[in-house]
Amino acid sequence: MSNSHDTYFIPAPSSWPVVGSLALFIAFCGGAVALNGFEYGSHILLLGFVVIAQMFFFWFKDVIVESLKGVYNNQVDISFRWGMAWFIFSEVMFFAAFFGALFYARIYSVPWLGGAGTGAATNEFLWPAFDYTWPLLATPDMTVEGIASKFTAIKDVIPAFGIPAINTVILLSSGATVTFAHWSLKKNRRAGLCWWLFATVALGFLFVGLQAAEYVHAYKDLGLTLNSGIYGSTFFMLTGFHGFHVTMGAIMLTVILLRSIQGHFNKERHFAFEAVAWYWHFVDVVWLGLFIFVYWL
Amino acid sequence: MSDAVTHEHHHDAHDHKPTGMGRWLFSTNHKDIGTMYLVFALIMFFVGGAMALVVRAELFQPGLQYVDPQFFNSMTTMHALIMIFGVVMPAGVGLANWMVPMMIGAPDMALPRMNNMSFWILPFAFAMLLGTFFMEGGAPAGGWTMYPPLITQLGDGFPFLIFTVHFLGISSIMGAINIIATVFNMRAPGMGFMQLPLFVWTWIITAFLLIASMPVLAGAVTMLLTDKYFGTSFFIAAGGGDPVMFQHIFWFFGHPEVYILILPAFGIVSQIIPTFARKPLFGYVSMVYATAAIAFLSFFVWAHHMFTVGMPLAGELFFMYATMSIAVPTGVKIFNWIATMWRGAMTFETPMLFALAFVFLFSIGGFSGLMLGITPADFQYHDTYFVVAHFHYVLVTGAIFALMAGAYFWLPKWTGHMYDEKLGKIHFWISVISVNVLFFPQHFVGLAGMPRRIPDYSVQFTEWNMISSVGGFVFGLSQLLFLWVVIKCVRGGREATEEVWEGARGLEWTLPSPPPFHTFTTPPQVDEAVAHS
Repeated sequence: MSNSHDTYFIPAPSSWPVVGSLALFIAFCGGAVALNGFEYGSHILLLGFVVIAQMFFFWFKDVIVESLKGVYNNQVDISFRWGMAWFIFSEVMFFAAFFGALFYARIYSVPWLGGAGTGAATNEFLWPAFDYTWPLLATPDMTVEGIASKFTAIKDVIPAFGIPAINTVILLSSGATVTFAHWSLKKNRRAGLCWWLFATVALGFLFVGLQAAEYVHAYKDLGLTLNSGIYGSTFFMLTGFHGFHVTMGAIMLTVILLRSIQGHFNKERHFAFEAVAWYWHFVDVVWLGLFIFVYWL
Repeated sequence: MSDAVTHEHHHDAHDHKPTGMGRWLFSTNHKDIGTMYLVFALIMFFVGGAMALVVRAELFQPGLQYVDPQFFNSMTTMHALIMIFGVVMPAGVGLANWMVPMMIGAPDMALPRMNNMSFWILPFAFAMLLGTFFMEGGAPAGGWTMYPPLITQLGDGFPFLIFTVHFLGISSIMGAINIIATVFNMRAPGMGFMQLPLFVWTWIITAFLLIASMPVLAGAVTMLLTDKYFGTSFFIAAGGGDPVMFQHIFWFFGHPEVYILILPAFGIVSQIIPTFARKPLFGYVSMVYATAAIAFLSFFVWAHHMFTVGMPLAGELFFMYATMSIAVPTGVKIFNWIATMWRGAMTFETPMLFALAFVFLFSIGGFSGLMLGITPADFQYHDTYFVVAHFHYVLVTGAIFALMAGAYFWLPKWTGHMYDEKLGKIHFWISVISVNVLFFPQHFVGLAGMPRRIPDYSVQFTEWNMISSVGGFVFGLSQLLFLWVVIKCVRGGREATEEVWEGARGLEWTLPSPPPFHTFTTPPQVDEAVAHS
């Protein structure tokens, strides 16, 4: 790498990628044996998470140190941008699978179970008393007298214009505050940057807290659980993965906040900030889809 | 190692390499990582191949001979998972790692550390998958497509299967992101998109397919996991779900996946044929657009894998016509390869032989694919050995032959030695004859009604199955010859020149053979002559 510093940046060998692979291996194996009923499985899973967390910490520490030393040129910056952009696209496609499941259930499978469409004999032979409704409160097997259902009946669903609407306002506001933080950063106003970021982080965690309260309400009062048929399945998997992404995004924002307080960014070079802001807008947009298609319509 | 990164690393020796195990474990070098990918793929090729031989041994005669049906089903399932995720995909990524930076005049991949993680996931992931053989309930036996409710009846191996798929998905997505960032951002000055070698183009498009489809597979298997362990009912009709929904989501991934397997093969062949025909590739621009069109269309044809499962008529028709339309860009590619050879000064070294066999035999697989794409005909062919014959023509004589061609084509560049041409040609001729003995009869037994994934069959299928098994063992064992050629080439042989092949064009052929550990640390000057072959 004799003369590469003028033109290219290539990192020296690093142990964190292979440590990361090992950590994921430990976590996946721990999760798998836990699901198989091995009593210490969850401990192995936890160990895996700890190793993953320290891998992230030290890998990003390396990157931050390199960045602060100024060894990254414009080209590295652009590589990071492409990397983050396509990572977010892959996340979009992950959510697309679950939205696909929701639409398929609402447009095809549940109406077919209710007797719609041609040639759908399931209704006639298995559950003749089942009718299509959405939200689906009672599953097909609940319509058969004398046979216990495998699923829990839903008393009521979460109305869109309660906590979900408040959460929409919270998350959209946080999208605005992170933009204000960016404007402050571009004007080199560190105090404004930190305070607006702080507001964003606070709104993010407030969202997660309200979502958690909503889950407790759903489980305790409404009978709405993962086990309450396709409505509960799609509801919790979509909002759950979204909530997980908001949590991750809020943790990432917290790191950016701490780095902003340390003065790591200037108005020209702050891609880490922008990457997390992109991610934050992504969870924001996913939420809008959730609010419309899971809660509202 | 963490602080090593922060050290300044000035080395005067241009070819300085890290030494010992650390060179491989902690690598940030695209050539070393590419080598690891290729070696891994070659090892898994023999593991997955051994499983196929178990299948062919059992099917040599009707009745149950050697293995019980559950294990037989594990063999077909694991053979598929290993060959797809452990051989063809890693080999493709390995070639991309080696060749893409050298072809575009870049010093390395854009994100070298992530590159290493992409690789090192693979041994861990396959340790998990192969570990299922030793678990209660055995290895996955419900088919690589993992259809519920069958797959959820797997024993302790089930969560390992699901997490393996997640794990491999992470690897593929990181690899794909890296390739896109590299090609978009690291091209040497003067190397525009329309100057890229076609192998690079096919890999960019493959990378998009990976990023768009692997997360969908991750979502699908996550739903399988929660259906089994967390009470959800995505694929359980009693709860309002639908097992067919899994098939839709799976094949939304699964069809782009088959192009993930074959597009890099198209790229390899598009490098080799112009070289040995000593003519530039015919219709370069149409090749690029045809590849992109195939990739785009691949997202709208998924349900042709499930014509018999129960779909509205409009769906059957839409997916039939959409599937047929892919024949157009594919035909453009076949035409261009043949037109490249037209009146070329051709020679027939081993890479060219494999590439020619690819064009011919992949087309056979393409035609049987067209037959399967006809909805009413598919009702007859579905789940028979005809399907098995079809996808082995496109994957073995298609993807694997192209990878073999690529290995022979680039081995002299990687090792600095010419491989043994005589042994290479023997390997080719034994392979190309035995592979047809292996798979061509499967068309006949399939059309006659022999179902796939069953260890026993009706006696009238015996003769063709025996012939197929003989072909299978000859083909399988002849790959040991390939292993020997590779080992021999790595250890020595006639020295390769920079250009290696008389007709070779492109930046990678301007480098010494073998290329130094770090190449193009200053960007090369790209002129029209080397832009693309």
